[in-house]
Amino acid sequence: MPDETQPAENCPSQAGAKESVPASETAEAPKPLDADGEIPPVDEPQQEQPAAYASACSGPAGEEVRDVTPRERGRINRRELLKLVPIIAIGAFAIPKLQEPLLMDGLALSDWASAKLFGRHRLEPTYSNSEVAPFDRFPYNYYDVLDPEVDLDRWTLTVEGLVKRPGEYKLQQIQALPKVVQNTRHVCVEGWDVIGNFGGTRASDFLRSVGANLTARYLEVECADEYYESIDMATVLHPQTLFCYEMYGQSLDRGHGAPLRLQMPTKLGYKQAKYLDTIRVTNVLKGGKRGYWEDQGYDWFGGL
Amino acid sequence: MATSAAIVKSNQSKKPDTITIAYEHPLIVRVAHWLNAVAVFVLITSGLRIFRAFPSFGPKIPQQNFWVPPSGIALGGWLAGALQWHFTFMWIFVGSGLMYVVYQVVTGHWRQVLFMPRDIKGVWPMARHYFLFGKKPPVEAAYNPLQKLAYSSTIFFGAMSFLTGLVLYKPVQFWWLTWMLGGFHFARIWHFVATCGFVAFIPGHLIMVLLHGWNNFYSMMTGWKRDPEYLD
Repeated sequence: MPDETQPAENCPSQAGAKESVPASETAEAPKPLDADGEIPPVDEPQQEQPAAYASACSGPAGEEVRDVTPRERGRINRRELLKLVPIIAIGAFAIPKLQEPLLMDGLALSDWASAKLFGRHRLEPTYSNSEVAPFDRFPYNYYDVLDPEVDLDRWTLTVEGLVKRPGEYKLQQIQALPKVVQNTRHVCVEGWDVIGNFGGTRASDFLRSVGANLTARYLEVECADEYYESIDMATVLHPQTLFCYEMYGQSLDRGHGAPLRLQMPTKLGYKQAKYLDTIRVTNVLKGGKRGYWEDQGYDWFGGL
Repeated sequence: MATSAAIVKSNQSKKPDTITIAYEHPLIVRVAHWLNAVAVFVLITSGLRIFRAFPSFGPKIPQQNFWVPPSGIALGGWLAGALQWHFTFMWIFVGSGLMYVVYQVVTGHWRQVLFMPRDIKGVWPMARHYFLFGKKPPVEAAYNPLQKLAYSSTIFFGAMSFLTGLVLYKPVQFWWLTWMLGGFHFARIWHFVATCGFVAFIPGHLIMVLLHGWNNFYSMMTGWKRDPEYLD
């Protein structure tokens, strides 16, 4: 806004400007000369006060205005350009050798913030049955085979790691724990999402039942289709995190991960491992085995 | 705008061999501008790559593509690569944006940039001057009404990108924001609309920079502009 800051009395440029071009006139209007054709002596005071030339004046929004010699201007410009030099550091992203490590740092920063942001008791809103997508509109997503041909009759879940009662657990043992049914949103990293109906056991209930060390950092899972994942314990213990064995009131079908899959409304789809085979409670992830997609460049936290 | 008035002025009011310069862009604004320029470029191009993974605003089944951005203008190689760029430069974008906005508010400089209702009447004369070769309206302030409209719009689109981006990134943690923006689907649409805002702004901005020449461009690097128009 043109706040009408009065120029300082000793401001040469502006004093001249105000007299030669009043605000009401357009800039094209030349200042009329005196009757005898002489240029009016508008700048008498400046000749009396030469020191005023170097003093600070201000533009319409308080900009500092100076009259400088070309050499001074060059010096000022060089000094100001030097202050911007650190910005060139961002060009490191264009150097092939540095690009990947820098992007990995960026991803690590985002994952760190994601974990900090995660509310252990913050629930994903659940939806009414009328908002749930029809079963045939719930996509089958898989990375290798839709059906890894799990022998459902002989299937057991292998439980390993920091647990008091490791071993093989049958589906009936998992289903004996309290059942939770929820309508929640499944979000794919690609950008699509679908609200589904899921039923299963709270992962936290199952881990307590096998005497897992709940202060451990991770739950690692391995799947019948060689997919693998690792989940932060805070998310595993989230009340909406399920070992899911039902969708839409039916036993999980093979395409959706029979007999057991992860279902976490606080995570992206690629974290929701299907066809669970082995789970392991641990503080240390197996080297280079953070998750099938994560090991190829997707972010590990994958939180919503 | 070398009018005779200006010549009179420079002959009379200045010591010989001096140049009038005005400090238009404080360091923090220049740093924010250039960091943001890089970030916006990276976020738009990587965002297009992300959009290619599901170029629709409808359901997954049946999928109806809205627009598949050409691979040539999409950064990152594949979805994971694009996400890495996006999740890295979002920090630079938001950081530089907040730095600028906080600075403008604290110093009161927002008054010279923020488009206000009284600026509305000045937009058309300025647009007519640029696009239809009309007469140039008098220069009264650092930014003319059309500039204020353009710059204020980018701040708006930046804030919109930030808020809708938060919802897309963490719809559960920011469930209340998700709810306010009308849900995950709408947040995705608004995020795209905000991008369109930037895409609309950038060509006009670059053309204006080209038309106004080196002195104007250089001032966004050094902060100092030689012979600014409002002093003529």
